[in-house]
Amino acid sequence: MTIAEVEQGRLRSPFFPRQAELDRLFRWHEWKGYASADGFYDTTLEYFSVRNSTGVFDLTPMTKYRITGPDALDYLNRLVTRDMSKIKPGRVAYAVWCDDEGQVIDDGTIFHLRQGEYRLCSQERHMAWLTAAAIGMEVSIVDETEDVCGLAVQGPTSFSVLQAMGLDGIENLRPFGLTTFDFQGTELMVSRTGFTGDLGYELWLTPDKAIELWDALFDAGKLYGIMAMGTEALEHARVEAGFIAAYIDFLPADVTVRTGRSRSPLELGLEWLVDFKKPNFNGRRALAEEKRNGSAWRLVKLDIEGNKEAHNSYIYAGKKGGKNIGFVTSAMWSPVCKQNIALGTVQAPHGKVGDKLYVEIYYQREMHWSRVMAEATVVDKPFWDPPRKRATPPGPY
Amino acid sequence: MSERYDTIVVGAGHNGLVCASLLGKAGRKVLVLEANDRVGGAAVTREFADGYSVSSCAHLLYQLQSQVTKDLGLKVELARDKLGTVALSADGKHVRINGNDVSGVGDEDVASYRDFRKRMTRFADLLKTYLNKTAPRLAKDASKSDMLTLAQLGFDIRRLGRKEMQEFLRLIGMNIRDEVTERFESDLLRGAVSFDAVLGTHLGPRSPNTIMTYLYRLAGSHARLSQPAGGMGSVTEALAHSARENGVTIRTGMKVKRIVVQNGRAAGVETESGETFSSRLVVSNADPKSTIMNLVGARNVETGFTRRVHHIRMRGDAAKLHLALDGLPSIAGVEKREFADRFVIAPDEVYVERAFNHAKYGETSAKPVFEITFPSFRDDSLAPTGKHVMSAIVQYVPYELREGWSDGARDAFTKLAIDTLSEYMPDLPQRITASELLTPADIEQQFHISGGHWHHGELVLDQFLFTRPVGGAHQYAMPLDGLYLCGAGTHPGGGVSGAAGRNAARAILKSEKVV
Amino acid sequence: MKTYDAIVVGAGHNGLTNAAYLAKSGLNTLCVEKNEYIGGATVSRNLYKDWKYSNCSYVCSLLRPEIYRDLDLARHGLQVTPYGGGSVFMENGDYLGSYPDHEVHYREYARFSKADADAYERYSADTMRQCRFIREFLMRTPPDPASFKPKDLKELAYLGAKFFEMGEQRMYDTIRFWTMSVAEYLDEYFETDVIKAALSGSGIIGTALGIHSPGTAYVLLHHYMGDVDGNMGAWGYARGGTGAVADAICSSFKSLGGELRTDAGVEQILVRNGKVTGVALSTGEEISAKIVVSAMDVKNTFLRCMDKNDLDEDFYHRVKNFKIRGSSGKVNIALGGMPTFPALPKGSPLLDGDMHFIDSMERMERAYDDWKDGTWSKDPYIDMTIPTVSDPTMAPPGKHFMSCFVQYCPAQIEGREWTEDERQQFGQTVLDQVADYSPDFKDLIEHVEIRTPSVIEDEIGITEGNIFHGELTMDQLMFNRPIPGYAQYRGPVGGLYMCGSSNHPGGGIMAAPGCNAAREILSDLKRPAITPANFGDD
Repeated sequence: MTIAEVEQGRLRSPFFPRQAELDRLFRWHEWKGYASADGFYDTTLEYFSVRNSTGVFDLTPMTKYRITGPDALDYLNRLVTRDMSKIKPGRVAYAVWCDDEGQVIDDGTIFHLRQGEYRLCSQERHMAWLTAAAIGMEVSIVDETEDVCGLAVQGPTSFSVLQAMGLDGIENLRPFGLTTFDFQGTELMVSRTGFTGDLGYELWLTPDKAIELWDALFDAGKLYGIMAMGTEALEHARVEAGFIAAYIDFLPADVTVRTGRSRSPLELGLEWLVDFKKPNFNGRRALAEEKRNGSAWRLVKLDIEGNKEAHNSYIYAGKKGGKNIGFVTSAMWSPVCKQNIALGTVQAPHGKVGDKLYVEIYYQREMHWSRVMAEATVVDKPFWDPPRKRATPPGPY
Repeated sequence: MSERYDTIVVGAGHNGLVCASLLGKAGRKVLVLEANDRVGGAAVTREFADGYSVSSCAHLLYQLQSQVTKDLGLKVELARDKLGTVALSADGKHVRINGNDVSGVGDEDVASYRDFRKRMTRFADLLKTYLNKTAPRLAKDASKSDMLTLAQLGFDIRRLGRKEMQEFLRLIGMNIRDEVTERFESDLLRGAVSFDAVLGTHLGPRSPNTIMTYLYRLAGSHARLSQPAGGMGSVTEALAHSARENGVTIRTGMKVKRIVVQNGRAAGVETESGETFSSRLVVSNADPKSTIMNLVGARNVETGFTRRVHHIRMRGDAAKLHLALDGLPSIAGVEKREFADRFVIAPDEVYVERAFNHAKYGETSAKPVFEITFPSFRDDSLAPTGKHVMSAIVQYVPYELREGWSDGARDAFTKLAIDTLSEYMPDLPQRITASELLTPADIEQQFHISGGHWHHGELVLDQFLFTRPVGGAHQYAMPLDGLYLCGAGTHPGGGVSGAAGRNAARAILKSEKVV
Repeated sequence: MKTYDAIVVGAGHNGLTNAAYLAKSGLNTLCVEKNEYIGGATVSRNLYKDWKYSNCSYVCSLLRPEIYRDLDLARHGLQVTPYGGGSVFMENGDYLGSYPDHEVHYREYARFSKADADAYERYSADTMRQCRFIREFLMRTPPDPASFKPKDLKELAYLGAKFFEMGEQRMYDTIRFWTMSVAEYLDEYFETDVIKAALSGSGIIGTALGIHSPGTAYVLLHHYMGDVDGNMGAWGYARGGTGAVADAICSSFKSLGGELRTDAGVEQILVRNGKVTGVALSTGEEISAKIVVSAMDVKNTFLRCMDKNDLDEDFYHRVKNFKIRGSSGKVNIALGGMPTFPALPKGSPLLDGDMHFIDSMERMERAYDDWKDGTWSKDPYIDMTIPTVSDPTMAPPGKHFMSCFVQYCPAQIEGREWTEDERQQFGQTVLDQVADYSPDFKDLIEHVEIRTPSVIEDEIGITEGNIFHGELTMDQLMFNRPIPGYAQYRGPVGGLYMCGSSNHPGGGIMAAPGCNAAREILSDLKRPAITPANFGDD
């Protein structure tokens, strides 16, 4: 008997049949082996659905680990930099985890599903690191990526959509809270989380009811401007929200080849996630030393003059240029802020809030390349941060 | 917490005692806790049969560093010094080795062995300097003294002279088999030298790295073998005495259950019996794996470090065979006075290699190699009058036997070992009145050494100097404030040398000032 | 008597590369080759009907891209095509595939262990870090640590700086990597036996060591540090067989004005007053030159082709003790059709990759035990490729050429020469192992060539047929290669140079020793430096 070969092409999420029906662009890329759409109809419209109505993004390829066992909390507390004992059941924590050198391996969300039962969710895969972290601990780590599928339902009307879908009590769900509903006999977990910086939810359930969930959601959303969205729209939304992404704004330290290319949470502006009051966590010693001696890099949010997008630009301290002090990692024109924005990494001590830096922008118009040195102001707040994101209950549409 | 100490040393092995004694001498208030009923760890003398005693693990002294004896003013009484080596041949035509001299071989081998030893002892002397120092950090921000040590190492290697330096850099990673086959005609000589290089390791003569283990053996007294009066236990008794003189409290029968960690610091220990002792520093003489994984607990240190510790290779292959004899066995071609010497069964380097092959697959050697002594021959405290004990190291006996260790497996190997010995000592079986085989699994159990490995971690270049026990934690201080290691698992490694204990004490005194 | 500026002995890829650079610099250069064909072990020959046999070296990855470009080898006919994937057949009927696609590879490993599948990323990154470190030094001359010359001190400092650049923890990791065994290295990442077995092969290929021998992790680099068009670790086939590499370099050499003579075996390198004066051929003909470059291994160069009296005794002794060990053989097969491998799914891309038949670490190590006992492995490690799946030029349509690299295979059987009968048995061992996984394989065989180390030595000249011209152990690497004090391509007598794989950075079709030797020769002659520098990879 021949053993069947593993799937040679891209995996299809359980939502794929519905997405394929909607797809008019035929633009897909790969995300952890899954086919993931760049967009479905018009990426600009999809982007605006997040800011104007509701966009639905397929989260299934996110890596998900179920973490249980008597040491689960101790395990997580040692794994991530923030204090997980403060995250009660029904709450979700955004967290980063580091290697012993205090370099970020990845960021992700940890769902405290039930007492002592957690789900860690991240863009990249980490079974090897999580297994190493479990040496000497009584904890079980199960990869449930394929057992749980998910949809991000994001945008100002998302609350109304879910209410219309019949999720009673959703109005009480606070940001970073999670709750469960019965959905056609299956448990539907809803968390008030997202990667868009707007009002939004993430819906999780087993793949057998995926199509039903999609249909119920889109039925309920008909009057609320619901749209499927692809990665391009999401990417714009997350830059406006000031969120960082692995392999774009930082590299997972455990698989970074060149020394000095990884970053610490302090260097990524995530010091608020680092709780030095915890006596031990991975990277603590190195981070404490970094805190004492100062960081080498600093992540900056840049408000750039003009309207030329600063993709891959070098950053300088002065208008004349000279030696660059860093580079832009994410850049875009923000349609909703009407602002030329970017995320970048610069060498300390540059990049303090309020600093005026310069970015070298090359842009092309009809085969003609031009260069500008544009002033860029370091800002501290997310570019897009509407109050509705935080309101509980959220306002109706 | 009952009493407060400056430093608690976990384990009264010889390194723990050296460390404790030096700390005590410097005025620290030190408590040593030993799980067994007597001090010594694996360096003890123990009765294994009625009236018959033997050094339980290490049975010959040759690595005790002069720096240690000097610093502690230690005097070890010897039953016998400068033991010769008789490389046994079944036909009675043995080869005898004494220091740089070898007899029973051709003239060319005699000269070649002398050359070989000369070079090896020179390299070993170079090594010795660094065995008695903390291995430096390799880092741009390393301390001045680290930089100095590195520079000095470079300078010392260069000072060997162009040709010798080239030889040193070439030989250090090489295997012993190539060297002995290039140099010696005599099978027995090749076998005996190969044997010394692989003793206590999970390596065969063809394994690269075995020149280094050979040098390590020489780095002390040039492998001048001696037998302490009263067995190895008297060395550690002397160390314990020195420690007490220096104000150290030693308590035996106190098995440490865990090292107490408070606010990210080692703060004391808790014993199996439930007693707690608090201290500013905890120094563990236990091996790195059991210290970190069992006593401290992975949760109190970071993941990368845990993973490195988890991967320390420390599966022992050396067993101890103890025989109570009603008289000395006869060995063809060996005079009675020679029973004071050391016998080696390793007829040639291929034999040794084949013995090793089995260990790779979790099997015991079909034809094992032996280091045999009759300690009672010069020390009548060890056996009833007219009777004798044989103390032998037998390789290869894997820690993890494929089918698992059982009494049956132990008995089967004991029989095989005795059968092998009988090829050289035909009347041995009739002389045996009692026997004991300590497999590495037994050694782990009785002496609390993970894997029963006498070096507390395989002594190989990738677990040496900068990377012993693990890279980045190789300067005795562990990545948990207040916790130090001082056992054989740290630089430079095992053997009754005291170097690790002394280096650790010096590192502690340097960085942990009394407030 | 004919006179040249320089004579290069041996038209293997290193000899030709060296000769090409000497010719490019304007030296009147002759390359002599004992065989009627060029290439040394970088060769493809018609040994049976219309089949082209790459009967020594069979895959390509290490050839320095700097040289490939600089000598214009593409225009001289060289085309290297990457090949994808590979498989290990398991005794239980399963198989482990290695797929070029990252995600498919992950899925395949995850079939055995998700932790292993994920650990592969870290394993790749950690190994790649070591590759990057060593790649920096492939096109450089090793410093002599015993020297006080500014050039050596500068190079030592450069080496130190590159090392320190890695950062503290990675320096320790590097020390460990250079000294540990491939089995131990893999144990730190993986739990699945077949995955470790699959990856461990690269730690022992061409090496007289077992997977548990310290130092074998480093050997991995000699199989990972290459690339095909920047795709690090990828391997490819030279279109037309491995010989196409030598043909292209030779063509480049000739276009630069060099002269090649085949059927011109060197009997002796001539020395007068401590300087080379030329070479004497086996025909008795003498050719003079002030520079003689040997592309042969060091044992051949000094023990066979030089008068002992011309050499310092210590040097002579060291050459004698240089370790070149026959550890591998080859079985090359002409097939009447493509054999089937029922364990693999129909249409699997793995059918186009390399194939292996050992599925456990224990079997890998036991194969070595046989070699230590002076015989060939009864259950050998075979690296099997069928280049004709992608190269139409090597066999008639529908027919195939199969190359089996076999380890371990000793130069001698228990200290004596091989008998013909034993050679046949060795071949049979290999055929049987392949046939265990391919029922129709034996029926398709049209012709078999069985090459033990001594067969390769007799034909190509490499001592014990060793693919690296000398063991890649620590005592024979960098400034120790081939011999401490002689690691800068200069021989012990004036005008004599060494450019073969016995020199840094060692064997495999890299061409770096040939190029590095040329750099040193031209520097001694005070001619402008023309050899290419490392492309760099920051």
